[in-house]
Order: sequence, then C-alpha cells, then structure tokens
Amino acid sequence: MAIDLQRPWTLNDQVALRPEPFGALAYHFGTRRLSFLKSRKLLAVVRALAAQPTGRDACLAAGVSEAELPAYSQALSTLAQTGMIMERSAT
Amino acid sequence: MSAAAPGRLIDQFETGLDAPICLTWELTYACNLACVHCLSSSGRRDPRELSTEECKAVIDELQAMQVFYVNIGGGEPTVRADFWELVDYATAHQVGVKFSTNGSRITPEIARRLAASDYVDVQISIDGATAEVNDRIRGPGSFDTALRAMRNLADAGFQGFKISVVVTRENVSQLDDFKAIADAFDAQLRITRLRPSGRGADVWQDLHPTAGQQRDLYEWLLAHGEEVLTGDSFFHLAAYGESLPGLNLCGAGRVVCLVDPIGDVYACPFAIHNAFLAGNVRLPGGFTRVWRESELFTELRSPQTGGACMSCQFFDSCRGGCMAAKFFTGLPLDGPDPECVLGHGESALAVRGDEPAPKPSVDHSRRKPPQRACDEDPLSDLRRANP
Repeated sequence: MAIDLQRPWTLNDQVALRPEPFGALAYHFGTRRLSFLKSRKLLAVVRALAAQPTGRDACLAAGVSEAELPAYSQALSTLAQTGMIMERSAT
Repeated sequence: MSAAAPGRLIDQFETGLDAPICLTWELTYACNLACVHCLSSSGRRDPRELSTEECKAVIDELQAMQVFYVNIGGGEPTVRADFWELVDYATAHQVGVKFSTNGSRITPEIARRLAASDYVDVQISIDGATAEVNDRIRGPGSFDTALRAMRNLADAGFQGFKISVVVTRENVSQLDDFKAIADAFDAQLRITRLRPSGRGADVWQDLHPTAGQQRDLYEWLLAHGEEVLTGDSFFHLAAYGESLPGLNLCGAGRVVCLVDPIGDVYACPFAIHNAFLAGNVRLPGGFTRVWRESELFTELRSPQTGGACMSCQFFDSCRGGCMAAKFFTGLPLDGPDPECVLGHGESALAVRGDEPAPKPSVDHSRRKPPQRACDEDPLSDLRRANP
C-alpha cells in the first residue's frame, strides 16, 4: 500500500542511519530490524522528511524528479510498513 | 526499495563495508556448561581476558563506527562480574546488545530489568525440544534451566526474545516442537547450522544432519520463511532450487566478524583459527584498524575464486557454502561445502585421505575435574569402582 506523500513524515527516533557507499543501513532499535536504503538519494529523502512540510517536498528537496516519484513513494511505503518512518502530527 | 537500487546489494556486501553490520563478541571463554558442540571450545576463563576498561574502549570504537548492535556470547557471558555494567555502557553509547546465554543467570529480577530496555535482546540456547535430546548435547539439567529462564522472561513481559537452536541429526525432527515452545513464550525461534568448529569438530561427523534431513530442513525453512530467524546460515541449501530468505552470502570479514575474549579478531565466529585471525583490538588502531586494514579481511573482500564450484549452476546462490565448514573438515576453501546438497562435499571428503583436518588454535575446554580430593592415588578409580 502506498503512503500519502501529501502528508508530513519523519524518521522514527528509534531508528539510526548509517551511510554506506550503496545508500545506507537503517536499524530500528525497537523492532531490532535492519533495513537497507538502496541509494544515496533515498537517504537524502529520509533525512529531509522531518524538515519538509510533506513527503513529496522531501523527495523534491533531495533531487528526486517527477518521473522518479512513484519509485520513491514505493520505497518510502516499505519503510513506513516496518516503522522506520512515521507520519508526523502537524504542528 | 529495489526501484532505487543500482545493482545488487549482495555485490556491495561482497566488497565489504566500512564497519560491520553486526559483530559477534565472545566476552569470556568461561562457561558453567560444556556443550559437546561448543564452537569456541569454552570452559575455562582465559587470564588474558580484556579488562572492563578495555571492553569499554572497544564499545567506544563501535559507537564511532556506528555498529548498531553486538551479539555478545562466550562462554557464558553473564558469568563476567562486569557483564551488566558492559551491557549498560553499550546501550548508553548507542550500541544495542543481543546476548546469548544458557539462561542460568536469568532470574525473575534480571528478566524484569531486561524487559524494560529497548536496546537489549536476549537469546536463550537449547539444542533439543525435550530434556532428553537437549541434555545429551548441553549437559544434565540444562534444558530445565533454559526453560526457567524463558518463563522468567515471558512473565516479565519480554516479548520476542530469541530461542536459539543448532540443528543436529538428533533434533531436526523437532523443528515444529521448537516453534511451539517459541510461540508459547511469545518468543522468536532462531535456528542455525552446526559447524565443525571448536569442539563441534569432534562431534560433527555424528551430529550433522543427513542428506535426507537436509532436504526436510530446506522444505521446513521454505514453509516457515520469515517467521524463523536463521542468521542466514543455511544458504548452502539454496542449491535445492529456491533461495532462502536473507543474505545468501558468506559474510566473514565482509559484514561480520568475531572479537574473542582476549581481543583477537577473527573473520567469523566459526573460524577461531590462526588462518582466520586478522589482528587484535589491543594493538595500535584498535578494532577499527583491524576491520579496515587487515590483510586477511582485505583478501576476503576481493573476488573469490569458486574453484570446482564455478561450473555449478547453483554457484550464484550457494557460493561454495561455508568457509569454516570446509576448513575444519579439511576441504579446500575453493571447493564444495562438506554438506553440499548435490553430494560434491561427500565425494570430496571421501577422496581427501587420512590427513588430519586443522584443529582450532585455542581450546579452553575444562580439564576433567579430579574425581576425589586425593586423586593422585593411583587406586582411587579402582576403589570407586569396587566400593
């Protein structure tokens, strides 16, 4: 199921990111689950989430093109399903 | 996430990472049990064991390298007087801990403390789903001890702790029973492969699953997939046809390694032998330098030759199997795994000849305890036999 990119998102604060040449490793201390971010651009998106008003803005800020958006939406959905990222309540 | 992936992840891992994904750290060779298949030949404490301060310095390095968690084992790690201090130090420094224990020190009080932390995970070892099967491997009373620890954890509300089983010829028929035990305690089952490492070399011939059992195990793993953890240790079974979940890759020196109680760094927990010794954390540059610069690890990260296995259609999924299993059964590292499901390992073992296989470089097995206080008396055994 795809996530709603029009809403605000953030990295779960129980998750640590470790940049790697291929992208990054993400480790969730709560679920003890390891995930792989398979590109540096996806890492940039995830890092941009908390500061951007919507998921879509985070993608664009990280240099994701309109054509790439569906793929990144899919990647973010996977991260949301495993609790790596979560919806941020509007402030 | 594959849409955003350039190339395969496995190729990235093959050339190694700047820091391990996880790390096995045997804190002590001391153990109150004497399991027949102990991969680290544990029993007696090594007097050169890393001090509390030295252990903390290693944790500082792991934090700087962003190693998310360490798998602490032994020996029985909880027998170290500073064990809880080190666990607390690690978690306070963003290094999560999963520790393996036989359960002897998991009291209700300790269980409550463990349940309260998000950063500590516990793995209780059993090698039989019944006391009869378990205690033959792990010693009298060890099954009850482990079950008591599991009950304490469950009562304390610790969900999802791990129950760790080494699959043997004697327990492979109990996989459903192990799963039932895990489900009853709201725990997760983790099954791993028996390696001929440590004292395991002495029993491997008799305890490793038969060819027929390997097939059953493979079917069982396919049926249970993601519900059961395997440490990705059964990737040699992929040659039956389908890849199993997880990384189908030997991670030795690439994504994992072992730090032993005296600070020696080996390529993997199953390879405690000078041939796989990369360095020591006490030397200048510490663990970081060993991981990033040691000759051995550099070599392990370079393209490996698959030897005779290269022509096998399953080479891409099995990759010649487990390095340690080959080494300690005396097989060449670029040949088939001794448990190759196509039977190439058995043929290789059959033609290998009588040359003894390499022995582990270190052995901390307890010597037989004296039977009586005055054991020097050459007649003490006789007297006991004829009271």
